[in-house]
Amino acid sequence: MSTGFLPLLLQAAPAAASAGQVGLTHYLVVSAIVFGLGLLVVITRRNAIALLMGLELLLNSVGLNFVAFAKFATRDAVDGQVITIFLIVIAAAEASLALAITLNIFNNLNTVEVDEARSLKG
Amino acid sequence: MTFSDGAFWVFAATAVLPAAGILLSRSIVRMAFLLLVSLAGFAGLYLQLGAGFLGFTQVLVYIGGILILFLFGLMLTARFDVHVRRRVGAGVIVPGVIAGLSLLGVLVFLALESPWSTEAGAAAAAAGAGDTFQIGLKVLGPYVLPFEAVTVLLLVAMVGATYIGRAQMPGTPAEGERKE
Repeated sequence: MSTGFLPLLLQAAPAAASAGQVGLTHYLVVSAIVFGLGLLVVITRRNAIALLMGLELLLNSVGLNFVAFAKFATRDAVDGQVITIFLIVIAAAEASLALAITLNIFNNLNTVEVDEARSLKG
Repeated sequence: MTFSDGAFWVFAATAVLPAAGILLSRSIVRMAFLLLVSLAGFAGLYLQLGAGFLGFTQVLVYIGGILILFLFGLMLTARFDVHVRRRVGAGVIVPGVIAGLSLLGVLVFLALESPWSTEAGAAAAAAGAGDTFQIGLKVLGPYVLPFEAVTVLLLVAMVGATYIGRAQMPGTPAEGERKE
């Protein structure tokens, strides 16, 4: 079964796949699309948690850019990976703090809509 | 088309399509699970790029850690109505979408049209580089200062998140009122 499944997926890959060898540009385009979608999520949502999800999309697309450039365009592919590891760590710190703040906002104002949280004194 | 190229397209679709779903979905729980799929796609792309350690770190930290944190945040804050209740008005949506789409267009255009030089990468690939051993050497060698800074940052974030998000019982007075 496992021998048949992956080739089937490959057959289903889009016709554009025959356009040529996958290179740096392909990764950059994937990263650019996800960055744009993440930015749109951040712009159009007002729920704090949804906003954070958009932020994670942004960070991920940047990380993919680092790794892709490091592999295809630099002498030492490890540098970009190390930077992306730092990025993941910082994203984890950011997510935990932002969610703690969101919880506090919810406890005080009974909402997680960022537009509602206007007052500084709870 | 080689096997590796086909895998790229599968992973790319796994990363991009759920991201579009996050943008369009109205249920925030569905958004969280779509984010899981998208992050898994990114992990696949990292593996595809030869960054095995990074791919598994992505699964461990992002999917295993950050996403679970999001789900906890959802469960603790969205008890009345899990749907996104109010959408922003057209005054924000229209310029926002125009700005987002034009940025997307510019980025894709740059990625496609720029003459990226890939000779150095080809040379490095021939030499064979980029495994966990070398990441370890880098982190404890030239990157040791940022590494230490990040460990301190994590400690600060952990203490701060615990303090900010600590349980506040409904009956207890708030921080400022306790001293009187």
